[in-house]
Amino acid sequence: MKGVETKYLESRDELLQGLAKLNRRQFMKVAGAAAGAALAQGILPPHSFTPVRVASAATGGAGDFRFAYVSDSHLYTRDKNDRFVRGLLRAVDDVNRMDPQPDFVLYGGDLAQLGRAEELETGAQILKNLKAPVRMMVGEHDWYFDMGEKWRSLFGADNYSFEHKGVRFVTINSVVEADFWTAKGLTPAERMGTVAGLDNGAQSSFTVGDANRAWLAKELEGVKNDTPLVVFSHSPLYKLYKKWNFWTDDAEEVQKILSRFDTVTVIHGHTHQILTNRIGNISFHGMLSTAWPWPYAPQGLPEMTIQMGRPDPFNPSDGCGDGEVTVHPDGMVDKLYNLWNRNPVTVSRAYMKSNGVEDRPAKPALASY
Amino acid sequence: MRARVIRRAALLALSALVGVWALRATRSADAASARGGETAEVTLCDGQTKVEFAADAPKTAESGQKIADELMKKWREKNPNVDWEAEERTHHTIAPAADNKDLVGNSQSATYGEITDRDTQLWKTESERFVVAGSKVFHSGAELGSTIGVSCDMCHPDAANTHPETYPKYQVQLGRVVLLRDMINWCIEHPVRATPLAADDPRMRALEAYIYAQRKGTPLNYGKR
Repeated sequence: MKGVETKYLESRDELLQGLAKLNRRQFMKVAGAAAGAALAQGILPPHSFTPVRVASAATGGAGDFRFAYVSDSHLYTRDKNDRFVRGLLRAVDDVNRMDPQPDFVLYGGDLAQLGRAEELETGAQILKNLKAPVRMMVGEHDWYFDMGEKWRSLFGADNYSFEHKGVRFVTINSVVEADFWTAKGLTPAERMGTVAGLDNGAQSSFTVGDANRAWLAKELEGVKNDTPLVVFSHSPLYKLYKKWNFWTDDAEEVQKILSRFDTVTVIHGHTHQILTNRIGNISFHGMLSTAWPWPYAPQGLPEMTIQMGRPDPFNPSDGCGDGEVTVHPDGMVDKLYNLWNRNPVTVSRAYMKSNGVEDRPAKPALASY
Repeated sequence: MRARVIRRAALLALSALVGVWALRATRSADAASARGGETAEVTLCDGQTKVEFAADAPKTAESGQKIADELMKKWREKNPNVDWEAEERTHHTIAPAADNKDLVGNSQSATYGEITDRDTQLWKTESERFVVAGSKVFHSGAELGSTIGVSCDMCHPDAANTHPETYPKYQVQLGRVVLLRDMINWCIEHPVRATPLAADDPRMRALEAYIYAQRKGTPLNYGKR
């Protein structure tokens, strides 16, 4: 299944590979012209010249490894909405074209839009095209129609952990909501419809919950403090903006469980934007959505976040994308946001370690307001 | 003691009312013969909703209340959206309308200038109801007529990032000056994939109302990109 955009991107790849075959004089001529064009548009190399960025991403340092991520696809069935399906297809193509292939692919949650079995099956079918192994993570849109029944039958447990190249990975269900539906006598469809509205105040706040926190503590028993830890969570595991559930109610308790480790990285979904935070030894990175971008919340934005710039509604898929995470031996990560129709943005290890001083990503031209 | 007397009087009054109600019932001979007993029919003031009960049922407050409850239940089944405003408000908050309290009691004795609390409450309630109607359309792909299940709140939760205070502006991507409603219609046509609304379509007016209301207090700045 090839997306329409793939054909365009493949021809673009051909051009870039052709550039690599030029001799020095030819290359300087082309580079000069390209730099001129880039300057004219206000993009200053080398921060934004994509082929350079792609080339450097492919070669990591010794001991680094990479995983890719695809997140928040919000699928309807294909006959109802082809746009979101094409978004996921494009992301799958992006990951399949990575060379070398990532060690695995994280799916960041919200595969379905309204939690229906057909939506989850469509998503599962598309994700089967990924060449690298897939690690699934659940989001609220997947869960609240049937309380995770179809999800578990397709993808297994919502909480699990694994070890990879010396790093401990833990995936946790962090979209547990207190029961708001029984008292109102809501049908499963009405419950899912309520949760599906980001700004719908009738739902409860996300939590990890007592059971999952206990599971997390037990799972991490015996893991040494100097083991790099990466946590996959749909909700951010900190408190950004309660009205939109950019929020985990028991964040402090979860952070307490994680705080004994030297290096912790949380990769979270739900927010559909570039989001960066640091609390103690924990770095937090958001993932892009393949379906649509969220605006930045009116309050609570972490200091470390440099916004991604207001998406242009006239530019299809602007603000959407997928990405990669490069994990270094010390457990710190470089987070690459592969924004479709834009130059990629990297939030690097140096940026996180220096608390936002070094290697700052470029500021957006058009801010959210 | 006194309370009990008053309560009994109230019950008697209610029974009397029920009695009057029962007197207006029509008798259904065919239904009566089918059931082997007499039934009476009570019609609600809408002239349509009807309830049947046994004609020899005791004419007490309790049986009267039962008839009233049944009629109400039937009417609510026929009108499921009667509480739409309260329902919508449980899902989405809106900025409150100005309360105009400072105008109450200021009239300079002009007959029609005598503004009361009732007036200001009416103005506020009606303004907010219009905005809540807009919130309902804003958050519903079905109401917008989307053919792909997309609603405005998918990119604009709580109408964030709509910047109505910047219109009219030269909309760069359209190459001309537009009003907020033109931008709403562009969004309805493209991301939402529905039929664009007429400028005076009640849904368009309600959408504009909701979007402006959510930006209450933001200074106007027309032309800002």
